[in-house]
Amino acid sequence: MSTTTPTAQQNPTYSEAFQSGVREEMKRNEHIFILGTDLVERGGHFAQVKGIAQEFGQDRVKDSPISEAAMVAAGLGSAMYGCHPIIDLNFIDFSLGAMDEIVNQAAKIRFMFNRPVPIVIRATSGVALGGAHHCNSLESLFAHTAGLSVAVPSRAYDVKGLIKTALRTPDPVVFLMHKKLSGVRGEIGDENTLIPFGSANVVKAGKDAAIITYGYTTVTAQKAAQTLAEQGIDVEIIDLRTLYPLDTDTINETVQRFGRVVVADEAPMFGSITAEIAATASEANFKYLKGPIVRIGGARAPLSANPQMSEAAIPSVAGIVDAVKKVMSY
Amino acid sequence: MTTDKTWGKKILRDMLLIRNFEETADKLTLRGKVPGGMHNSSGQEAVAVGVMSALDPKDVIATTHRSHHHTIAKGMPVDIVMAELFTKATGCSGGRGASMHLADVENGHFGGNGIVGAGVGIAMGAAMGIKQMGHKKVAVGFVGDGGMNTGRTWEAVNMAVIYKLPFILIVDNNQYAVETFVERVTGGNDIAKRGAGFGLPSYTIDGQDVEEVHRYTKEARERALAGEGPSFINALTYRYYGHNVGEKGQYRTQEEIADWRSHRDPIDRFSAKLISEGALSQGEYEEMIASVAKEIEAAVDFAEKSPLPDVSTILDGVDSGLLGVRK
Ligand SMILES: Cc1ncc(C[n+]2csc(CCOP(=O)(O)OP(=O)(O)O)c2C)c(N)n1
Ligand SMILES: [Mg+2]
Repeated sequence: MSTTTPTAQQNPTYSEAFQSGVREEMKRNEHIFILGTDLVERGGHFAQVKGIAQEFGQDRVKDSPISEAAMVAAGLGSAMYGCHPIIDLNFIDFSLGAMDEIVNQAAKIRFMFNRPVPIVIRATSGVALGGAHHCNSLESLFAHTAGLSVAVPSRAYDVKGLIKTALRTPDPVVFLMHKKLSGVRGEIGDENTLIPFGSANVVKAGKDAAIITYGYTTVTAQKAAQTLAEQGIDVEIIDLRTLYPLDTDTINETVQRFGRVVVADEAPMFGSITAEIAATASEANFKYLKGPIVRIGGARAPLSANPQMSEAAIPSVAGIVDAVKKVMSY
Repeated sequence: MTTDKTWGKKILRDMLLIRNFEETADKLTLRGKVPGGMHNSSGQEAVAVGVMSALDPKDVIATTHRSHHHTIAKGMPVDIVMAELFTKATGCSGGRGASMHLADVENGHFGGNGIVGAGVGIAMGAAMGIKQMGHKKVAVGFVGDGGMNTGRTWEAVNMAVIYKLPFILIVDNNQYAVETFVERVTGGNDIAKRGAGFGLPSYTIDGQDVEEVHRYTKEARERALAGEGPSFINALTYRYYGHNVGEKGQYRTQEEIADWRSHRDPIDRFSAKLISEGALSQGEYEEMIASVAKEIEAAVDFAEKSPLPDVSTILDGVDSGLLGVRK
């Protein structure tokens, strides 16, 4: 038996999908450049820009010192000047050293000075190994900040389609790629496939209840859906793909159609985007609900390096199954 | 200094202990025993041992993501360090921290860190605490060459200078940040000169010479205790392994690594010196190597047999609870 290894184009990884989208957009727009640590030789810590420096040169893919505040400052100043930089912060945890540049500066300049700030802040996010300083889920914080858009793709197709859109949009975009998805392969769209922000994707159709989620929890939800199917419960899974703008049309339709909804993610639940979704969706669709929208999310605790402890801090398959059963009980 | 036989032997043994710990832990990491991996400090022993041997056990340190060597040199038993790498309940951080977050705050180890440069600020703050309380101690902040380019490092240095804090900054300068050679990203290329620009005594020293590291640290400590403020020491060293366990990369040549290993190894240099001065016999050296191996073996055994942390404790200790808790 002979097998052929699929080429990157046929069946790329999540990281390669990013490369693909960025390459195409860099060809279209000569003002796109990338700045971050260990990009040129290593191709980024998750191979997300592997080979791009070799193709486009080191004027357009720059290795940065470990200077997150200056990286974002360089990005936002050059964006105001007319470039379209991608600032690669490696792990989103390191954005905390550049929070002023992101929240006070990049997010507010258009509003105050009527000047677009076309900048993509890319980082790897989500809970995996690595402990307290490498597993922060900060997406709610960014979505909370007026002036920022937030992408949270869960598969290769969306990575490519969303980064292409981000690179054609004159606004600051925080682009969060989940650690545990980096190597997952999948189809991608062609050069002209752009995915609009604020458009959720129905990952799986169902008829009994719905799970609204994003990022890696989309995968956990799919596993939960299998378990539920064995028990005769058919759930629909909605992947939001972006948290701001949020696809409120799809959220509302989903709540109206099922009346039984679970909102799930792995960020600490207290004050999180799932609270925003549950609150606004309940307010708008109260009469359609069979019971409260049930949320499931991360513990309000720093993540531990011990894998069992960190797993216990985020939704498990069993936890999502239980949440769905709870909405089914109404 | 090496005329003091006991001192020399203790220094050598500490370096051997670190080396064996790192080589052993590296292999265990490749076998999946260390969740999240680790940053191997092999080659950098003299920086850790040289500094720590010049400190009082009650002095404070705060360090980086690559801190096994600092931690062992500071005196944490290797079984406790190994257990933390395994994320076991018996580790110094109860398994919450693993390789990057070793700490023993009670005994002046204010923690490894996942954030580049953060340890510098924490040590500077500890120095401020020491000064506020009128204690006779110093605080040492470790940082890599990569951490020379983050603003927080220099904000902390500046504060240490203006408040004359009993603070010593040690650049554990292994010349690479992940795969990036220091000269590619460090404007002006002279790290000690940067320090000097902030107005504190700043030196670039041979970080592979444990006695030189000891001497410079001792002098810095004396200045600090005399109320003369902070010092900046850029110790040139080299890491033998990749940034993370298992990484190779094309960013440096095998010849370069071999050259550092064969000509400048801190353990070889110091053991050769002790032997040539008659402070150590070949037989004693071999015995020392064997006893270190035994100690590490026992540490691995301890880590293996230790229990995992109790998963039901994940919410414990987030805050004191005194302001009220809502679970
Ligand atoms: C603020 C921040 N930015 C980026 C990183 C990712 N990172 C971890 S270690 C490292 C390289 C650090 O190099 P150096 O300071 O020289 O220390 P070494 O690894 O050589 O000991 C980088 C970029 C981080 N941990 N924290
Ligand atoms: Mg370094």
